[in-house]
Amino acid sequence: MRISYREAMRLALREALESDPRVFLMGEDVGRYGGTYAVSKGFYDEFGPERIRDTPLSELGFVGAGIGAALGGMRPVVEIMTVNFSLLALDQIVNSAALLHHMSGGQVSVPLVIRMATGAGRQLAAQHSHSLENWYAHIPGLRVLAPATIVDARGMLAPALADPDPVVIFEHAQLYNMEDELPDDWSCDIERAAIRRPGSQASIIAYGGSVPKALDAADALARDGIDVEVVDLRVLRPLDVATIAESVGRTHRAVVVDEGWRSGSLAAEVVARIVEHCFYELDAPPARVCSEEVPIPYAKHMEDAALPQVPKIVAAAREVLNV
Amino acid sequence: MNATKRKPKAAAAERSLPLQLLADMLRIRRLEEKCAELYGAQKIRGFLHLYIGEEACATGATHALAADDNVVATYREHGHALLRGVPMDTIMAEMFGKAAGCSRGRGGSMHLFDAARRFYGGNAIVGGGLPLAVGLALADRMQGIRRVTACFFGEGAMAEGAFHEGMNLAALWRLPVLFLCENNLYAMGTALMRSESQTDLCVKAASYKVPTLRADGMDVLAVNEAVRKAAAEVREGAGPFFVELQTYRFRAHSMFDPELYRDKVEVEAWKERGPIHNFSAKLKAAGELTEEAFLALDAEAEAEVAHAVAFAEAAGWEPVADLLRHVTSGEAQR
Amino acid sequence: MFDFMLPSLGADMDEGKLIEWKVKPGDAVRKGQVVAIVDTSKAAVDVEIWQDGTVFELLVEPGETIPVGTALATLLGPGESPPEKGTPRRGAAAGGAAGETARLRISPAARKRAEALGVALADLKGTGPGGAVTLADVEAAAAKAGARTPPELPKGPAAATDKAAEMRRAIAAAMSRSKREIPHYYLLETIPMARAQQWLAQANEGRPITERLLMAVLQLKAVALALAKFPEMNGFFRDGGFEAVKAAHIGVAISLRQGGLIAPALHDVADKPLDRLMRELTDLVKRTRAGSLRSSEMSDPTITVTNLGEQGVESVMGVIYPPQVALVGFGRLAPRPWIDGDALVAMPAVTASLAADHRVSDGHRGALFLAELRERLQQPQDL
Repeated sequence: MRISYREAMRLALREALESDPRVFLMGEDVGRYGGTYAVSKGFYDEFGPERIRDTPLSELGFVGAGIGAALGGMRPVVEIMTVNFSLLALDQIVNSAALLHHMSGGQVSVPLVIRMATGAGRQLAAQHSHSLENWYAHIPGLRVLAPATIVDARGMLAPALADPDPVVIFEHAQLYNMEDELPDDWSCDIERAAIRRPGSQASIIAYGGSVPKALDAADALARDGIDVEVVDLRVLRPLDVATIAESVGRTHRAVVVDEGWRSGSLAAEVVARIVEHCFYELDAPPARVCSEEVPIPYAKHMEDAALPQVPKIVAAAREVLNV
Repeated sequence: MNATKRKPKAAAAERSLPLQLLADMLRIRRLEEKCAELYGAQKIRGFLHLYIGEEACATGATHALAADDNVVATYREHGHALLRGVPMDTIMAEMFGKAAGCSRGRGGSMHLFDAARRFYGGNAIVGGGLPLAVGLALADRMQGIRRVTACFFGEGAMAEGAFHEGMNLAALWRLPVLFLCENNLYAMGTALMRSESQTDLCVKAASYKVPTLRADGMDVLAVNEAVRKAAAEVREGAGPFFVELQTYRFRAHSMFDPELYRDKVEVEAWKERGPIHNFSAKLKAAGELTEEAFLALDAEAEAEVAHAVAFAEAAGWEPVADLLRHVTSGEAQR
Repeated sequence: MFDFMLPSLGADMDEGKLIEWKVKPGDAVRKGQVVAIVDTSKAAVDVEIWQDGTVFELLVEPGETIPVGTALATLLGPGESPPEKGTPRRGAAAGGAAGETARLRISPAARKRAEALGVALADLKGTGPGGAVTLADVEAAAAKAGARTPPELPKGPAAATDKAAEMRRAIAAAMSRSKREIPHYYLLETIPMARAQQWLAQANEGRPITERLLMAVLQLKAVALALAKFPEMNGFFRDGGFEAVKAAHIGVAISLRQGGLIAPALHDVADKPLDRLMRELTDLVKRTRAGSLRSSEMSDPTITVTNLGEQGVESVMGVIYPPQVALVGFGRLAPRPWIDGDALVAMPAVTASLAADHRVSDGHRGALFLAELRERLQQPQDL
């Protein structure tokens, strides 16, 4: 079955709502409007206003309420329209969701799923183009996921809801229209990174919206006879160091692609792990392709220049390979 | 030594409500006086926010709740935890940072938790508990459970967005949340007058179409009566309720506070209205309490504190090898 | 300002452990002065400096193990004044930015592979980013040398603390490299020693035991003099080419009591009288066995002479110590049946051997060298 990323998310949500009465969806315009990205279109009529709960523009309030509901025995899926607005809820995510289990000495758990769109690329300008996955991936107590394929979009929600602890899912806004074949077995874990394309000469490590770009770059390099591997991190916390180290240990070269800004980025963390775990396997300094250190501009040509793009990834791979 | 609830159940049951309220206020007072002493002796560290002077609020309020109700509290929550049934032994052990503490020594004074007693903690971000209370109430409503979620917070929290968002959501969705504002007039060192354009807190709450009550937070019976009334409405499904308890803390905000922001005369004036002093005097005047009976209650509280200190002293430390535990439920480090 | 770097004190040395500083910041140093003691896999070696100057800063602490080429200290040249505060220190960072003198640019993976394959880092040319040596460079070098992958040498803390094992490893690496890289050829010549023996007996007559000359000194001097006519036996094969050295710094193979051997240099053998050579040889053997050699003695030998005669062997076919290009071996000095004119006589004789690098010399020249050696030993009075 060929479906879109959006449709895969819809299927996952519907399945969750149908299979567990504790599951409910809450967020801005998830109900009557049908979801900003139309993921929950039609659900309001199907499941009713209690379970498809429209909220006021109160990110701190409704994320906190989601945490409270999780404490109270529910399995809430809280949708924050975009990562940009999640900053208004950061206190509840960091100070409550991530910490309650620990502060209570393990007595309470917060089985909450927070979904949010992320990323730039649609000329939405500086305040609506953030990639702050790394902020969340920094926090012990959270699990952070970045589905980048149709299978992950379909398969990640169920294990996320089964996790007794808070899980943050980042859906790159550029991926919603992506289409691919959904295989019969779309089940997936939320533990491990995935090798999306095997290769031998260098490992391109990416996540979320950068994964398709990394795959395009690998195609371009292949046309020039350069064989690179593409690793999709999938799980941004906890990082699957084993898969990263295995890949880089084999290829001896790494290019990390991250739509976040370079300084303090997830890419920085990945490179640090590579150096810690496979220093003696490195045949070239690891390279990073990140967003330029500028707020994301509105003008198309400037926005394009600020973000990781296929030619930049190709160039970085060529640089580490010195070809 | 086992953590035990020292309060003999039989005695509590036989006691009249007023005497039990007095006994509980004494328990909080003696516990916290000992905490201050142990802070000086460096047995307790970190932030220690004492409730001395405000005991009537927690005491009157918790005695108006059902055993099954949810309670969300602040970082000044020793009394609330104690009266919700968390044993004084494990509270003291928690403040010592011992593994036998009610939060295994991971939380400390500001983060007392007891999941079994539905005590959802000491929350040390001002206003942070309000959205949680809304969510707990939402969960109860969606699961068809008739239960009140009591949320304690100070008047300082009413300047936070979390207050407004939480009040709005609770009112909008008519959730069974009992908002209990302990107005002690100072947000740390900033007087209410200096932080709120509208100092009538009930008016602020009422703007969300939430019914309100104001009670003298220095009078345990007045608190009990107001909260009882509010809780009954909430339990009936009328939606949230807001109660302002006007009170005063006799001691500094925390052990770090030099108290430069308020007049000693003001403090002394409030102390004249001390909840324990006044309430026991009232009971004595009414012939419901003798000095001997008061001293017996006090001795009982002191004995409970002594036991708690001995328990905390004797308790062991969590091994450092366990450092990475309690980060996630699966125990695996993320 | 210049850096004083850890010299390579032999082909088998790629790191050393600083034992002691002999100087401190502010000290004036003269060319040839011993400034530090460094423990190599073989011995504690006095390390000399080769420029006059004043010590500015010591960059390495005693106890640290550092790779060859690491800056140990910075010095001010004569007349140079100390830099302003905040001036970036040269050479401290092991990167390309420090210029030509910086340590080798090589990827960690390439370094590891080179060690496994026994490829000498100094011989590698980098083709990677910024001229860095990559895995591919190491593998190409190994393939070019026709290297078979030797078994991984034992490593780890246990082996490292065992000095004997460490030396064994160092010898293994150097000798493996020699046999892998150097196309040896071997020649033998039996040299009559009657005259030399006679001359030596006379020379030693009346000398106290401690001042007597040994035949070994005559042999060394004879080799040194013979080399003057055969520069292709004396020098180094480096970076694909031969560099002849005028002075004959003969590496004297000295076996150690705990096992293993070192061949430190006896300097300028051709230019020194026998008495002095004898004193220097005695001192060298003593210091070698005491583990206190100078850095130049480790790195300078231009040829090696080994004498296994005392062990009773007839002759020795040696393995050249890279980057040297020749090795002369002497067997037992003993009477042998000898045709003198028409008569069969008992003649004291020694079998001298030459192992030489075919990349630099051919058998014809080697044979002439041995003939020259033989002639020199027939004229002991000229030695």
